Amino acid sequence: MSAYLLLEDGTRLDGVAAGAPIAATGEVVFNTAMSGYQESVTDPSYRGQVIVFTYPLIGNYGVAAENMESDAIHARAVVMREGVDREDVPHAEGGWLTWLADCGVPAIAGVDTRALVRHIRDRGAMRGGVFPGDMPEAEAMERVRAEPAMAGADLAREVTPNAPVLLDPLTDTAGPTIAAIDTGIKDSIVRHLRERGARIELHPCTTSADELLARDADAFFLANGPGDPAALGYVVDTVRELIGKRPVFGICLGHQLLCRAVGLETTKLPFGHRGANHPVKDLETGRIDITSQNHGFAVVGPDGANTIDTDEPVRWETDFGAAELSQINLYDRTVEGLVLRDVPGATVQYHPEAGPGPHDSLHIFDRFLRMVELV
Amino acid sequence: MPRRDDIRKILVIGSGPIVIGQAAEFDYSGAQACKVLLEEGYEVVLVNSNPATIMTDPEFATATYIEPLLPDSVARVIERERPDALLPTLGGGTALNLARDLTDDGTLERYGVELIGANYDAIQRAEDRDLFKETMAKAGLRTARSAAVTSVQEALDALPDIGLPAIVRPGFTMGGEGGGIARTEAEYRQVVGEGLAASPIGQVLVEESVIGWGEFELEVMRDHNDNVVIVCSIENIDPMGVHTGDSVTVAPQQTLSDRQYQLLRDQAIAVIRAVGVETGGSNIQFAVNRETDEIVVIEMNPRVSRSSALASKATGFPIAKIAARLAVGYALEEIDNDITRVTPASFEPTIDYVVVKWPRFAFEKFPGANGSLSTYMQSVGEAMAIGRTFKQAFVKAMRSREIDVVPSPPEDTDVLLTALETPGHDRYELLFEAVRRGISDDELCARTNIDPWYMAEMTAIARGEDPEADLVRTFKAVDTCAAEFEAATPYYYSGWERPGRDGPRHEVRRGDNASVVILGSGPNRIGQGIEFDYCCVHAAMTVRQSGRDAVMVNCNPETVSTDYDTSDRLYFEPLTLDDVLGVIDIEQPEGVIVQFGGQTPLKLAQGLTDAGVKLLGTPVESIHRAEDRPSFGALLEELELKSPPYATAATPEEALTAADHVGYPLLVRPSYVLGGRAMEICYSREALADYLRRHAPARQAGAEGALNRPGAAEGGSGGAEPPRDIFLDRFLEDAIEVDVDALCDGETAQIGAIMQHVEEAGVHSGDSACVIPAMSLGPDMLAQVEDATRRIALSLGVVGLINIQFAVFGNDELYVIEANPRASRTVPFVSKAVGVPLAKIACRLMLGERLADMDLPLPAHPGHVAVKEAVLPFGRFPLADARLGPEMKSTGEVMGIAADYPAAFGKAQAAAGAELPRGGSVFISVTDGDKSSATQLAASLHDLGFEVLATGGTAQAIRRMGVPVERIRKLSEGSPNVVERIEAGEVDLVINTPTGSGARADGYEIRRAAIARGIPCITTMSGASAAQRAIRSRLAGQDEPVSLQELHAATAPDDKSARRAGQVSLMGSGGGAAE
Repeated sequence: MSAYLLLEDGTRLDGVAAGAPIAATGEVVFNTAMSGYQESVTDPSYRGQVIVFTYPLIGNYGVAAENMESDAIHARAVVMREGVDREDVPHAEGGWLTWLADCGVPAIAGVDTRALVRHIRDRGAMRGGVFPGDMPEAEAMERVRAEPAMAGADLAREVTPNAPVLLDPLTDTAGPTIAAIDTGIKDSIVRHLRERGARIELHPCTTSADELLARDADAFFLANGPGDPAALGYVVDTVRELIGKRPVFGICLGHQLLCRAVGLETTKLPFGHRGANHPVKDLETGRIDITSQNHGFAVVGPDGANTIDTDEPVRWETDFGAAELSQINLYDRTVEGLVLRDVPGATVQYHPEAGPGPHDSLHIFDRFLRMVELV
Repeated sequence: MPRRDDIRKILVIGSGPIVIGQAAEFDYSGAQACKVLLEEGYEVVLVNSNPATIMTDPEFATATYIEPLLPDSVARVIERERPDALLPTLGGGTALNLARDLTDDGTLERYGVELIGANYDAIQRAEDRDLFKETMAKAGLRTARSAAVTSVQEALDALPDIGLPAIVRPGFTMGGEGGGIARTEAEYRQVVGEGLAASPIGQVLVEESVIGWGEFELEVMRDHNDNVVIVCSIENIDPMGVHTGDSVTVAPQQTLSDRQYQLLRDQAIAVIRAVGVETGGSNIQFAVNRETDEIVVIEMNPRVSRSSALASKATGFPIAKIAARLAVGYALEEIDNDITRVTPASFEPTIDYVVVKWPRFAFEKFPGANGSLSTYMQSVGEAMAIGRTFKQAFVKAMRSREIDVVPSPPEDTDVLLTALETPGHDRYELLFEAVRRGISDDELCARTNIDPWYMAEMTAIARGEDPEADLVRTFKAVDTCAAEFEAATPYYYSGWERPGRDGPRHEVRRGDNASVVILGSGPNRIGQGIEFDYCCVHAAMTVRQSGRDAVMVNCNPETVSTDYDTSDRLYFEPLTLDDVLGVIDIEQPEGVIVQFGGQTPLKLAQGLTDAGVKLLGTPVESIHRAEDRPSFGALLEELELKSPPYATAATPEEALTAADHVGYPLLVRPSYVLGGRAMEICYSREALADYLRRHAPARQAGAEGALNRPGAAEGGSGGAEPPRDIFLDRFLEDAIEVDVDALCDGETAQIGAIMQHVEEAGVHSGDSACVIPAMSLGPDMLAQVEDATRRIALSLGVVGLINIQFAVFGNDELYVIEANPRASRTVPFVSKAVGVPLAKIACRLMLGERLADMDLPLPAHPGHVAVKEAVLPFGRFPLADARLGPEMKSTGEVMGIAADYPAAFGKAQAAAGAELPRGGSVFISVTDGDKSSATQLAASLHDLGFEVLATGGTAQAIRRMGVPVERIRKLSEGSPNVVERIEAGEVDLVINTPTGSGARADGYEIRRAAIARGIPCITTMSGASAAQRAIRSRLAGQDEPVSLQELHAATAPDDKSARRAGQVSLMGSGGGAAE
């Protein structure tokens, strides 16, 4: 059965329907990782987005519970050059396309994804959708236009838990308790913290600072998640109440929220960073990690510059004292991490937990936990 | 840390001749490295014995030495040049072993030469099996259970722990030479014995078998800041047990989940850190049990390799170039990614296509070799294809191989299935046949141990399932980043895609400049190797220089021609008519060059012309006229030139009749062949009848034609095949063979060089040693040869290059054997011998320039002697007979340059891996016809201090001359016999001229034993006499190595007076060439 992808600028690419036979719209973004499709679609940060995989063969090793990053598929739809449905391969518990269909997620295969990605790269991420071949283009365009823009979207509320979730460490000896504002946290982050002895509390993103402080946790954690950090003023306000009282850490959206809380701005990247090969340099050690990335927004410097020209750990004055630039992206020299120097706190923009992607930055979790111990 | 300025002059060691397991990839990596080092402002001293390489072109180094890659030769270059550093990681195992030897013998320390790019300890930790295992264990990584042994007894002691089947890997050999799989104790003893002999350090590793596990390779780079990146993952479709060089491989890996892949990545990083490769690239091989997640580290190469060349071409990440920069001090983040120009090299390429590499075998060249694959490499080349899906890439790679003979699967399906259990060179053809016979995927997986994912993809191809039949050819770019950044580098491939509203979504940025398409030579094979790639690269350079865009089409990942730096646009495509027309359609070139890529593009000449494509240079009619025997015969008659009597026959019966007119002995072969495929000399009607039985017209390639898309249907192996006639030529026994490479612009012809073959007529020119100048020919004969060459070239209307083979019979009879109006395999050798780049000049002629305007500095009487020697792969095919004949068997060549012939011959022999002994025992056994010259030879060798050994008749003849000789037993005369003496290491040189074709005769066993022991084995009398003179010259002392730049300083067009000076200094007493 035919299907097509339509972008808000009128660009249309045809393909074959796969997954659930329905239409879906969202922000069309591309991911350049060569493996990890299941982790990606179950990553809550992809909420509201249509994922284009640049690697042409998706589904080769099936799907399995061990690859879930949350308990559901969050991507609205999937776009592939070739979809593979195999359940007879080692470790697979089901076929990829069958699973997408069972979960009610539409997909399109046979698309010239490279042409599509070049278009998005040149014009920027935009709204679009995947539609059954028999749906008139005019109707499809109407649906695309009805889709709210990503800038200004608060999607964290859609993925945050209704009530706190308490999780014990995965080790015999208990370490610190970490209270997380769950804006859509990935299971890998939770697992890596628990494997290092942490007790984790996942709180709804609307939880107030007072409630959080009352938990008497050893540290706060700001999770990854979907949408525009600028639309999460209420979380930023909460975070401002937390800084200085306990160490605060952030990953991805959490990094952006903490930066906004200390007074820095965020901006929308033209087409975002989504993949598993971005080099990030630690400005203190000089070490370069190959990182997993998934973000459409980035933190800008206090001077309003989107990119950082120096390889020095520059310090910026913020509402909470000095913030030191700790890491930068060597692809486009955007901010990848910050350390607060006058109060305990640190963030990274990328995903040290991998899931999917390289393990180079797992040491970030150790670094976070060492900071908790030191306080 | 940026560029080091405490070093000024860097010695780079190449990899020597093309041999199985070490091929053109090292020309690619070496040329890249030299270019980078020169760009960085260093002086580069290069040593390499292989003239057919781009890296030995004078402009790629400050001083280029074509010398044997042996410790004493390289030490002499070091002594003369005094480099500050030695970069040994770009010349394969050869360079690395040399670096180790030069460290061990104190040379590097004595001259203060620093090893860069790899340190001695890291090389040891990677290459010494025991040390490697120990290092891995310390890093917490698993290796197969194993033991390093130095004797068969030690190996037997270890057997209970290892178990059978066991893998045997000799230490410090390339391509796994001398290793294998042992399934029984008897096999175990045998393979261990062979491995011990093959290892230069007399050590082998016996190892637990992980046969059937998935085999993966990761290409890893590390800089001195300890930053590590994985350039590429490669998965072998053939599971463990088949050497990766012989496996069909895929990039990136397809079957591991992200979780599994990241574990592999973690281990690769741990390996490179543990081994301690501080700067540069390494290839790390793993076996993975996909069910249990067990990972076993198999081995690591602490240098660039065949796989790294593949990874570079597969991703666009130029590993060798970056390795060279890392070696001189840069960090990955300080190096730009060439392709994006805006991002650094400290990243991991991500690709949005699938790459399939297919090995190219040549078992048909080695009767007796059984064609089964093992842990040592036997393929002679490879083709790579890029597609948007696995199926696209797989089918493209299959047709890129250009195989000559399609395997015929057994009729009996049980036999077919059993055959699939032992991996052979034809296993995928057999597999496809099994699918057509309805065998299930599960059954095939069980028989072959191939992963079910690949099996499903391949069986879908075999069944002709093609849900994407309505797609159109679309050119995409290779850009290291899956289109995340704009690519500055024009490196393209075709995929099949749904078109957009305005047609195919091509990415090619063609620009408005006129372009010239150069067709490459496809996968390396015997008879068509790196020499042709050299010519294609020169064509690209010349086209660029003329102001036009050079466009390269080729599918060989090993080569310089497929470096995106070589041309203005590179299309990585199969060389079939359909694929090439696809490129032409988008390029709309001014013309196409088919003259430089050997037979591959020449086969397309007619089809291209028919499609209205303009060929540059010699027109297609002339090509046909030279190749078509009757019309070429008529031309020779017109020119009053003689050729040996010949006949053409369409059927075996006709051939037998025609043979009576031609006369015996005769040379028989099928038409349109390169490298003398299936060519033999027959001395009698019976022999001819036998030949005709064995070579009944072969079925042609094209089985995969059905898998191609509409429009590509005739792409199988270059379109319709010409009719298969049988050629019979009178064989001029004992004639001297002469090869000429000449240039012609249609109006004037000019001789490049006249080469004399060292072996007599009857040995394929590609296998024969040859020498410039042609020393046995007097001035009259030379003039005759020149005159004949000019007249043939002009009457054929050649524009570009022509190669003509002559035979000089008796004192003054000149016969024309054949003419090929294209670049020949001797072009690079001649260019380096005479100091004029013939291919470049030829390309200029094809673009319209005229010889009359050029004033080429071709020396009429060069002051030095250059010898080319062929390098043979018999060691790889232990069961095949090691004799030379009219069918070409060599894989590569070396060159020796010196002031006189014996010295040059000796250097060439040494460079070819058969260094002549300076004393010891020589065993002589010759045919009756050679007995009298053999006695002379025995006398000379005796005078030089050799002990002479011979069997029966030869011993008698020698003794009659009064030369002391020890008579030893023939194989049939019981023990101890000649073969045992050779095996015991009691013979240092073998001279054995063979007769007949009895594969199991004495001669066969003698040659096999000599090759197994690595003893020089000379099979022609003229070769033997040259060897004798070379030994004499060597004993008298060696002359000083001289660089090509010094040698030809001389022939620079603007400095003709210097030329004489250069020649004089070379001839001078030992060392005068310094100025």
